[in-house]
Amino acid sequence: MHAVAVLTTALDTASEQYSRDRAAMLDALRGLEALAEQVLAAGGEKSVRRHRSRGRLLARERVDLLLDEDAPLLELSCYAGAHEPDGQPGGRLITGIGPVSGVECMVIANQPTVKGGSLNPAAVAKQLRALDIAERNRLPVITLVESGGADLPRQADIFVPGGRTFRELTRLSAAGIPTISLVFGSCTAGGAYLPGMSEYTVLVAEAATVYLGGPPLVKMAINEDVDDETLGGAEMHARVSGLADHLAADERDALRIGRQIVADLDWRKAGPGPSMPSEPPVHDPEELLGCAAADAKRSVEVREILARVLDGSRFSEFKPLYGTQLVTGWGSIGGFPVGVLANNGILFSEESNKGAHFIQLANARDIPLVFVQNITGFMVGSAAERGGIIKDGAKMINAVSNSAVPHLTLMVGASYGAGNYGMSGRAYDPRFVFTWPNHRIAVMGGSQLAGVMSMVQRRVARRAGRDYDEDTDARVRAETEEMIESQSGAVYATGRLWDDGVIDPRDTRAVLGLALSAAHSAPVAGARRFAPFRM
Amino acid sequence: MVTTPVTRIDTLLVANRGEIASRVIRTARAAGIRTVAVYADPDRRSPHVTEADRAVPLGGTTAAESYLDGAKILDAARRSGADALHPGYGFLAENAGFAEACAAAGVLFVGPSPGSIREMGLKDRAKEIARKAGVPVLPDARVSGDDPSRWAAEARAVGYPLLVKPTAGGGGKGMRLVAGEDGLADALAGARREAAGAFGHDGLLLERYLAAARHVEIQVFGDAHGGAVHLGERECSVQRRHQKVLEEAPSTAVCEELRRRMGETAVSLVRELGYRGAGTVEYLLDEETGEFFFLEMNTRLQVEHPVTEEVTGLDLVALQLRVARGEPLGLDQADVVHRGHAIEVRLYAEDPARDFLPTPGVLHHYSHPERPGLRFEDGVRAPGEVPPFYDPMLAKIVAHAGTRAEAAAALAGALGETRVHGTVTNRDFLVALLRDPDLLAGRTRTDFLERHPDLLDPAPATPRIVHLAAAVAVSVARRRAADRVTGHAPPGFRPLAAPLLTAAGWERVGGGPVGLGYRLTAPAGDAGLVLEADGERHELALLDLGADGVRVRHGGVEHPCAVAVHADGSVWVNDGRDQSGWLPRPRLPEPGALAAAAGPVSELPGTVTEVLVEPGQRVAAGQRMVLLEAMKMEHPAVAGADGVVEEVRVEVGQYVAAHTVLVTLTELGPERDGEAG
Repeated sequence: MHAVAVLTTALDTASEQYSRDRAAMLDALRGLEALAEQVLAAGGEKSVRRHRSRGRLLARERVDLLLDEDAPLLELSCYAGAHEPDGQPGGRLITGIGPVSGVECMVIANQPTVKGGSLNPAAVAKQLRALDIAERNRLPVITLVESGGADLPRQADIFVPGGRTFRELTRLSAAGIPTISLVFGSCTAGGAYLPGMSEYTVLVAEAATVYLGGPPLVKMAINEDVDDETLGGAEMHARVSGLADHLAADERDALRIGRQIVADLDWRKAGPGPSMPSEPPVHDPEELLGCAAADAKRSVEVREILARVLDGSRFSEFKPLYGTQLVTGWGSIGGFPVGVLANNGILFSEESNKGAHFIQLANARDIPLVFVQNITGFMVGSAAERGGIIKDGAKMINAVSNSAVPHLTLMVGASYGAGNYGMSGRAYDPRFVFTWPNHRIAVMGGSQLAGVMSMVQRRVARRAGRDYDEDTDARVRAETEEMIESQSGAVYATGRLWDDGVIDPRDTRAVLGLALSAAHSAPVAGARRFAPFRM
Repeated sequence: MVTTPVTRIDTLLVANRGEIASRVIRTARAAGIRTVAVYADPDRRSPHVTEADRAVPLGGTTAAESYLDGAKILDAARRSGADALHPGYGFLAENAGFAEACAAAGVLFVGPSPGSIREMGLKDRAKEIARKAGVPVLPDARVSGDDPSRWAAEARAVGYPLLVKPTAGGGGKGMRLVAGEDGLADALAGARREAAGAFGHDGLLLERYLAAARHVEIQVFGDAHGGAVHLGERECSVQRRHQKVLEEAPSTAVCEELRRRMGETAVSLVRELGYRGAGTVEYLLDEETGEFFFLEMNTRLQVEHPVTEEVTGLDLVALQLRVARGEPLGLDQADVVHRGHAIEVRLYAEDPARDFLPTPGVLHHYSHPERPGLRFEDGVRAPGEVPPFYDPMLAKIVAHAGTRAEAAAALAGALGETRVHGTVTNRDFLVALLRDPDLLAGRTRTDFLERHPDLLDPAPATPRIVHLAAAVAVSVARRRAADRVTGHAPPGFRPLAAPLLTAAGWERVGGGPVGLGYRLTAPAGDAGLVLEADGERHELALLDLGADGVRVRHGGVEHPCAVAVHADGSVWVNDGRDQSGWLPRPRLPEPGALAAAAGPVSELPGTVTEVLVEPGQRVAAGQRMVLLEAMKMEHPAVAGADGVVEEVRVEVGQYVAAHTVLVTLTELGPERDGEAG
């Protein structure tokens, strides 16, 4: 193996293995399609019809019209809340990054057709994640507001964390990141602080109502009889209170004004622009469907994936002959140079040292990193321990933790154990995490975990001198395995916002390219100092 | 032998605009003559102005303020030191008074004597002279007085159907066809008004109308030395609103013997008049009987003179200048030889599907093929404008070939490749006409277009969806290429596991709105396109998608489409055969921009000639409310529904832009009528 400029392929698309993997991936995608259908139903036909009959645009239409024509939207957390038994995927919000007047912005839009756009726990988490991404990537924030406020039956799960939204908004503003609020309908109580904390506000005439307490509450509290418009109508806020900077004649006018506000920001990205040619891969991205293993335990050749994601399939491999189960090298996505760390098996000491070395190089060169996770963990066993696997793993975790270049993490198979950490899992604050629908995430595989638990129980029973009930053991093992498996799946993970989206493998290059571009809105500068490496 | 002194022409002022001005300048330049253009304000960047050696602004906007103002033009001649003046056609070309004024100012008028112009200009007088010269004429009568019953009697004597014609003027202006006694009074009133407006003379003539005749005209020339020849015939039967659409030489209905007879009678008229210069004797030919009747004589160079030039190899403008200088024609009848067949069509900014409504406006792009046997007489240059104040002809296109079929095919092909972007034109109508089997069979009579109404709105040569796909795809490709931050992502990309379509509203230029949904797999190069147009789903393959074009594969066939996007956002698509223009609708219009206007609007810019209603008046649907004169034609604005006039927003004499609201109406619903009962 030697460094090559353009990756070649050995993928046999006629093989049985390929067709099996492809069929499994398509099957997993069908599961996503069913979720997407629910997301797009936007609360159902009746609700949509009622909304439209009031001359209002759907949240998705508002977002589409706000964005530049034909522009992409890196929609985030599309299936938030999908893991909840009663969960309507999507969290009653649309969040995503897309260009508005040529400026990549974080767009957050309430979905008034889904339960009145009221916020449930998934919505709060999704909104906070969007604001976090905006802050870390220095993206102007545009909120498209029309919400009934808190989902009152769930208030216990949202009231406390939800307050953070307004703090984040004003902190963004203090950090020099513009915040814009376009108000299309009601936004009451806490919601009123969305426009309240925004730098620029646009209220739609005869539609937007913003007040701390609505007419019934006002009546209750101070016995004042007042109607919506008088209390918090757009006209009042534009002419009297001054909460509205712009009074829009209708929804499209509000979107038009919003676009103009962004155009007038004279916003410049702080990171470098794309500097490499941005041509599609030489090898067909369609084949990514058969590049991942249907069974997470099986290892796959990760270069086949890189060959279908990187610009022009170009990849200059670093240390190809050393620590071969971690593939490292340089390429580009969407013209943005990246360093790639991709698992081709488990992490041994050599792999860990190589990874730590490579991460430091990327930081020295200010080059963002892409972690492609397909990892069952660090090597265990006496040989590994004696070889200092903990020391070496610590080096890699040190490097990942203190690295300051943007990290993008892509999970294409297993993400088990400390491997998740070493490869910049969610807890290590990568800028974005995306997963493929086949991916599994847990401390370890379900059968492994059930087996470990069974052995522990058996030992406890033996120490206590009790008989061990084999029938119970079998039942518990099966139940445990099932629970772990169901909590390790991509849908569960994305529902809990362990990632920013589960994507079609064929969209990988587009998604990573958009994420990289967004990351370059902030300065891209590597860490010059790391923690002491245990040698 | 009498010798006429030969005059030199050093500087020629061309008192015209458009293609004819360019045409005259071309020949004059070749003859070493300095040329002077004159122009009205809207023409200040028109081609003829820059082609001439000198240009003199006349000021003014309308023809009356400029090209029809003899005093201004003679002043321009004086300023520029012009010793001769070519009037072109139209405007002052057949104005005897102006010809006299030229003589008085010492400027040589390139045309016949004022006497000839005057005599042939009055139709009844012309007919009288023709009769005297032994030229067969149609039964006729002069309209006298204001008594409709007398008119009816006069009309009966002539016989129906008949044509109402102004005794002055020409070119079909103010003419009315009357089928029977019912329409007579209206036709006479309208023709009078138009004649008075256009020619300052409201005399009218009734003349028998041959419904199924052919319009065949003879090109004649006379010189000051008694020389007189004819250059054969042109057939101009295909007409709309009595204006010629297609002209050709020779005529399929004229044999050698008939040509000789028609030519000889025409020459006898030239001799009778002592006519000097270029002229055209128009005949109606009844091909059943072989009879022909004198219609009128045009004392100028005709629009369609190029077809005669093509088949005879003569330069008629050069001959005009020769005769004007007092030289002999230098041409005997035996010298005139015809070779091959020539066809001319007139490319207009007008909409054949909407009763040939003129469509002046912006011209983003105009280009055409250059090949031997093809001749383009261009009156416009792009980017530019087709001003609403004059005849909206863009160009004359002539094909000359060995046979008529070859000429027609070559002309249709050339038109198919001609790109005119900006406004609606009659291009597709002309192509359809040139490919029509009846036209190709030579079955051309003056009622040709009435019998072929389908030609006015021909089916597109290329499936509409192909052009729409090209327009949409190239627009998307351009936007993606211009996206500096996320250009690498597929158009409209969403990471959602659903086949989302991008929604858009478009409108075809000259057509209606189209609701679209589309998905394009790549922003350039080869891509797949799903295109839903008005609910119908199409899947197309795109090859070599770029900023200027794309190959669209539809139904297994690839159509190379050139696509141009102009400053106003309009997108024009051309393939070798077809052309279409598309306008994306604004996604986020400013409020009020879409507010619907109530009441009738002016379809095109023009001058209000009459207001027929007043506020408070009840009107019925279809009732004429305001008359506009535009493009020298009268256009009524009618009530769209029963209602009450709320406000009249214009007054007589006012110039209004296209789509101006003229009158506001309060609509009367049917329930209102119900209340009474």
